[in-house]
Amino acid sequence: MSAPVDFQLTDDQTVLKRGIRDVLEGRFGRDALRAAVDAADAADAADAADAAGSVDNDAAVDARRAPRLDRELWRALGDAGFFSLCVPEGAGGVGLGLPEAVLAFEEAGRVLLPGPAVATFLAAGEVAGAASGEVVVTAVDGGLVPWLAEADVVRGDAAGAVAVRSVDPLTPLHRVPDGPQAPTGAAHVSRATHASRASHVSHASHASLLVAAEQLGSATRTCEAAVQYAQDREQFGGPVGRFQAVQHLCADMLVRAELARVAVYAAAVTQDPLEAAGAKLLADDAAVRNARDCLQAHGGMGFTWESDVHLHLKRAWVRAGLGHTAARAEEELAAAL
Amino acid sequence: MDLTYTEEEEAFREGLRAWLADVLPKLPAKPAPDDWPGRRAYDTAWQRTLYDAGYGEVHWDASPTRRLIFLEETEKAGAPYVGANFVGLLHAGPTIASEGTPEQRARWLPPVLRGDEVWCQGFSEPDAGSDLAALRTRAWRDGDDYVVSGSKIWTSHAEVADWCELLVRTTPVSEDAPKHRGITWLAMPMDAAGITVRPLRTLAGSAEFAEVFLDEVRVPVGNRVGDENDGWRVTMVTLSFERGTAFVGEVVACRRLLGELAREARANGCWDDAVLRRRLGRLSAEFAALWRLTQWNVSEARRTGGVPGTGGSVFKLRYSHARQELYDAAAEVLGPGALDLDRAWTLERLSSLSYTIAAGTSQIQRNIVAERVLGLPKGR
Repeated sequence: MSAPVDFQLTDDQTVLKRGIRDVLEGRFGRDALRAAVDAADAADAADAADAAGSVDNDAAVDARRAPRLDRELWRALGDAGFFSLCVPEGAGGVGLGLPEAVLAFEEAGRVLLPGPAVATFLAAGEVAGAASGEVVVTAVDGGLVPWLAEADVVRGDAAGAVAVRSVDPLTPLHRVPDGPQAPTGAAHVSRATHASRASHVSHASHASLLVAAEQLGSATRTCEAAVQYAQDREQFGGPVGRFQAVQHLCADMLVRAELARVAVYAAAVTQDPLEAAGAKLLADDAAVRNARDCLQAHGGMGFTWESDVHLHLKRAWVRAGLGHTAARAEEELAAAL
Repeated sequence: MDLTYTEEEEAFREGLRAWLADVLPKLPAKPAPDDWPGRRAYDTAWQRTLYDAGYGEVHWDASPTRRLIFLEETEKAGAPYVGANFVGLLHAGPTIASEGTPEQRARWLPPVLRGDEVWCQGFSEPDAGSDLAALRTRAWRDGDDYVVSGSKIWTSHAEVADWCELLVRTTPVSEDAPKHRGITWLAMPMDAAGITVRPLRTLAGSAEFAEVFLDEVRVPVGNRVGDENDGWRVTMVTLSFERGTAFVGEVVACRRLLGELAREARANGCWDDAVLRRRLGRLSAEFAALWRLTQWNVSEARRTGGVPGTGGSVFKLRYSHARQELYDAAAEVLGPGALDLDRAWTLERLSSLSYTIAAGTSQIQRNIVAERVLGLPKGR
């Protein structure tokens, strides 16, 4: 006799989520985040000065301009089992399922982990070295390629890709000239390795769901940050969080994050591609709009470079363009009505 | 995290489906919206049918999953709603079950389950809406009775109810007695002398609610549930219950309505409009997630062993908004038909305007979320 429907985290899942948070915050806490931003910012400023007047498709400029991926961090994540979470135990992985994967990526989104983590995760068990974090894998996704210059393996056809000066300081981007292409690695799923995985859903659906999980983590974090700021910031003789106008802004942020949460978790459990598309749609919405509201709640401080809010917003924008975009998710959901 | 049903739960679902398929075709025609005695008879006959088939207590089932399955399957099959039984089954009944004496439970609960007696709710007052604790209907002791005077508003089924779950003030507000203390919960017989019921016509044109005027109505002290002046706590049990699972059937209904809307749009050419199509696609994601949120909240309530908590506020905020959005999208699909009161969609669209107001306005729900979930200071 099985247990009744229990749509809550199990004790093991709670422990796993907490453990991943500890690893990520230990390895990539706020100081590391700001150091990475500063390094990327300095490279961008230098390149902008050097490259004034020159053309964009100069490979040397491309390589210099891109922020560097922290390989040590990447390997540490590999050692912690982050990339091999869903690789079967027999193949040297942790042997867990998609529900555990979304919890891990939620935590990655929370700390704004840089790098093509989703593509590398999905390549684990298929591309040698991906699971351990030794090999960095990226993928052509909807006409965009994140971290192309830093990746060891590129899935999809990135021929002729041109560097863009990415809005997100921690996500270098290339554009593929012929416009949107097949999403993440869809053409590369080998049937043999696919069957060895727990799921029978395409990589494309998994990729969208894992990006959605990152968006969820970001949406939760910006909600917390807005609440914290509203409690700390005093105006008119008390915390601004006592004003209903600010409270209602924060309440709406929580509602968005919690709706995205159940959508992401449920899609991970059912592995239904339509639920994954819906989860991506709601999680994009939650991440982008929560970052906007978080910025608003921070007032003038939210508009500064030193605040982390813009990093969440810019990453949320990038992620909204990866996997299922809003247009694609909405059309797929409508077609199923 | 698990979303699979047990064999017993699936068996319950199959049995219910088969029973509904057998019994629903035999139901009489639905009464007209303004025919209150007819509506009472129809709704209570349905409850009696459920009772005779062993489903009478399903709303109080210890298994929240069986409650979910019941609401899901009855909605899908187009079975009648709780209607006139709403307050008895989902407000007053659970309150009496939780807070009443054995005698009170024996007196009031079986007639609700059999569909013999109908309850209405006397909570809100003209000057006590969102601020319910500000209620002023007074009750004072006179021998073995409370004598009650005041007025209540937004009371559904008042014309045909046998009992009213009534909140009264038994201690005036003062520095020593804050407004939440001084309130008492009474079961008032609706045939008592001194009660005047006046139908209240809504913007939808129908009289879904009533005002109830109380002029020295005598209510026996034995009809008090909980202690004198403890009615606020007693009531909170009821309100949390409402915010937990009361909307389950409606979420299922919204998903069905969305399907109907897509069919209509494909038939009349609106489907070629990508903006509309995408709008419906987004609503599909919203209602799917709201269904998952219900399962999440119910699972959480079972784990904590109590009634559903603040997750209900998160749900209600998003659901009420999404449902209004659904009818706005419907209006676009229907075009001029959206202005035709003979189309069911038009009346439903008008009714949906109450969703962001009834059972705690969206603004009050945001206050609850901000203060009780997010821990922000008391608002101003």
